[in-house]
Amino acid sequence: MQRIGVFVCWCGSNIAATVDVNAVSEALGHEPGVVYSINYQYMCSEAGQNLIKDAIKEQHLTGVVICSCSPRMHENTFRKAAASAGLNPYMVEIANIREQCSWIHKDMATATEKAIILGRAAIAKVQLNTPLIAGQSPVTKRALVIGGGIAGIQTALDIADAGFEVDIVEKQPTIGGKMTQLDKTFPTLDCAACILTPKMVDCAQNENINIFSYSEVEEVKGFVGNFSVKIKRKARYVDENKCTGCGLCTEKCPQKKVPNEFNLGMDNRRAIYIPFAQAVPKVATIDPDYCNMLKNGKCGVCAKVCTAGAIDYKQKDEIVEREYGAIVVATGYNPIKLDNFDEYAYSQSKDVVTSLEFERLTNAAGPTNGTLLRPSDGKHPHTIVFVQCVGSRDTSGCGKPYCSKICCMYTAKHAMLTREKYPDTDVYVFYIDVRTPGKNFDEFYRRAVEEYGVHYIKGMVGKVTPRADGKLSVQASDLISNEQLHIDADMVVLAAAIEPDKSARPLATMLTASMDTNDFFTEAHPKLRPVESPTAGIFLSGACQGPKDIPETVSQAGAAAAKVIGLLAKDKLTGNPCVAHSDEMMCNGCSSCEKVCPYGAISYVNKEFRMPDRTTAIRRVASVNEAVCQGCGACTVACPSGAMDLKGFSNSQIMAEVDAICNMK
Amino acid sequence: MQHEVKEFKPKIVAFCCNWCSYAGADLAGTNRLNYPADVKIIRVPCSCRVNPMFILRAFQRGADGVILCGCHPGDCHYTTGNYYTRRRMTLLFSMLDYLGIEKERTRVEWVSAAEGAKFAATMNEFVAAVTKLGENKRLEDLRCKK
Amino acid sequence: MSKNDKEQVLRSSGVNVLKCMRCGKCSATCPSYDEMEYHPHEFVYMVEKGEIDKLAASPSIYKCLSCYACVERCPRGVEPAKLVEAVRLLVIRQQGQNHLKADDIPDLLDEDLPQQAIVTALRKYSK
Repeated sequence: MQRIGVFVCWCGSNIAATVDVNAVSEALGHEPGVVYSINYQYMCSEAGQNLIKDAIKEQHLTGVVICSCSPRMHENTFRKAAASAGLNPYMVEIANIREQCSWIHKDMATATEKAIILGRAAIAKVQLNTPLIAGQSPVTKRALVIGGGIAGIQTALDIADAGFEVDIVEKQPTIGGKMTQLDKTFPTLDCAACILTPKMVDCAQNENINIFSYSEVEEVKGFVGNFSVKIKRKARYVDENKCTGCGLCTEKCPQKKVPNEFNLGMDNRRAIYIPFAQAVPKVATIDPDYCNMLKNGKCGVCAKVCTAGAIDYKQKDEIVEREYGAIVVATGYNPIKLDNFDEYAYSQSKDVVTSLEFERLTNAAGPTNGTLLRPSDGKHPHTIVFVQCVGSRDTSGCGKPYCSKICCMYTAKHAMLTREKYPDTDVYVFYIDVRTPGKNFDEFYRRAVEEYGVHYIKGMVGKVTPRADGKLSVQASDLISNEQLHIDADMVVLAAAIEPDKSARPLATMLTASMDTNDFFTEAHPKLRPVESPTAGIFLSGACQGPKDIPETVSQAGAAAAKVIGLLAKDKLTGNPCVAHSDEMMCNGCSSCEKVCPYGAISYVNKEFRMPDRTTAIRRVASVNEAVCQGCGACTVACPSGAMDLKGFSNSQIMAEVDAICNMK
Repeated sequence: MQHEVKEFKPKIVAFCCNWCSYAGADLAGTNRLNYPADVKIIRVPCSCRVNPMFILRAFQRGADGVILCGCHPGDCHYTTGNYYTRRRMTLLFSMLDYLGIEKERTRVEWVSAAEGAKFAATMNEFVAAVTKLGENKRLEDLRCKK
Repeated sequence: MSKNDKEQVLRSSGVNVLKCMRCGKCSATCPSYDEMEYHPHEFVYMVEKGEIDKLAASPSIYKCLSCYACVERCPRGVEPAKLVEAVRLLVIRQQGQNHLKADDIPDLLDEDLPQQAIVTALRKYSK
């Protein structure tokens, strides 16, 4: 028989206001096995914990039940307190009487009655608890960063700096991500390339960093500290080690009509290409969809001109299998497609562009070499209308319900730079709200208005109509002067909402990392664990977790790196002792459990047993690898003989809880 | 002889996966979303930990309804656990229906850690459905009845 | 009185005015904006404030074409046109009769009248 202590927490008034804590501790004090029962204002406080520790020692408790907040909140706190008083930490059970009782019920009698029943269930469970000792597993001292944008680059650099190996997997031919396409960065207006490309070069030169460009994650197995990942290196038909990046092939390739994705299709590239001058790795890639040689075997110009002999038309996709201790997701974002927003005439007029396209139109490496020209006729635009929140804050189903966060600032930047370079241009910005909470952000926006004379108008654009004379009729409302405006614009720039990259969803499934309804990765705790996924060993960096600007992305990238370093610095990880365990005497060797285990933690061994008649027999029995088992319990249900059980959540414990809940008066 | 008619309060056992629905229940609490006190939650590491025996036991001990909550398909913390749950419970529930425990008394729901509102709504709905059916008379161990 | 009016407008339109985030896209898209004293976005805000009397007295409610452009474009799904219609209905119900008999309409039609307006007229005045 256990000697159980019951500790009822008031949680200030959070519990005590709706649950009669005296009645609860009194009622639970009479339960069989309970030798000690009290209530206290804050069990999680130092004084509360001491109360538990003292009671364990003085009352010689063998089990502890704490009626308090969710075990997801303080289970560890109380387990540690028990351990420091010499009690096995797994002899502690929590009855959740805050989140699942006092906070949801208003009536005191009902809540108190429920709290007592929840307490009884916990007591019934702890009666059957046994001391558990956690196993340990080794840590592979290498990290994987998925995505090579500024988030992935910064995380990789920081981890590498601490002396650990890092692999970056990037699906594009070069690392750099969206930031490479930007012109200037707010609020300081330094050029994106000037601050990003040195970091890209650092990545390439760092001994600890290994870049898998033009590659994708195919399969993830394992668990924290011991991931095994299959990476598909897509065939680029160019030997990375031989290519010098001279670019001769990209000049000679006869296939000139390939839309250039780096400039968002606003100009063309060749079938063999290097995305941009500062690409890392600076290696050519053949686009198999356009290459004549790969499509119909006629051409081969690039192979002829390549002095390094790097072209290899027979290259195949290659699978690399690597081991990692931690995985960082940095898959980033994309602007949404604007198919649902016909009113802005995006598909009808070339002069209606997205902000990212506008970024390329003003970039010196862009299709117009940095001169702002209308895409339709190459003329200088005199009136430009910027529309904010296109698809953001949209609950009608056409767009995204969240605020994309970066658009207010980049639109202010675009408007300001346009007025600076071309003072003869009229610039209108239509906004719903201007959101500039960041260091020097509001000052930046006010400068656009006060120093650069950008016309900020509170209201939305209702429709854009392309006219025969090439102008765009913009119909909008000015909510402050309460009038409808009609503007003849030369260009319209749409601040399209941003969404997580499409590759994020399948990746989340592979990683068993959870996502929200918008396909952003969920953090383990929205405030206290913002760079960790709830799945152990998976970390989040950048816009895959939510819309973010560059300063925020870089800080989160550093934070994720710090968490990874903290993990990789350990030699051993203490595992979860609540793992499956097979009773060899009951196991009939049927293999049912082995088949359902998602981790391959169960294997079968032939073992010698002494039979009742003093002979020995060899029987085939299940054996669980405790380091690999994650404790899901699928095997316990599959087992027909009841030999398989889960420590900490055993069949008898859960049955006891069911009984305690159902046997209410 | 006048009997005071007591309002029927169903006994409902909810098995919640530690990673999603249990957290969803916590979120419902954090957001102070009401659902009836008749629901008592048992925490399990994964919905696939729920042995059909537990559900039979609950009905045997007088439960009026049993609900099982897990992660959305594809989101299982253990990759595939909820798929097992889905198949096992489909079989079990149709068997229970055959035994006379109405389909409305058993349910599997997918509730994520972010869906506090869904958790509360599901529980409200489930309790209402079970209350409408009234007390469960089958599978109860007659020896325990006084 | 006014409070009841607000409730009736909200009930008969089925619109949740609190969803409005004041972006003004409804008014930006409205083809009869210049004809109206109160514009679509004002309808939403004034209903929220309970100023139904002002709206009911305004000719704006008859200037609305019921083209539903505002409903179509609203990013929050607020549906301002339904509010206009609800106010119109309120006026008709309060007066206990229609402004115009359905039989009178054919005489008022002329060639320039847009098809949409004819449909709207039936919406406004029939029964």
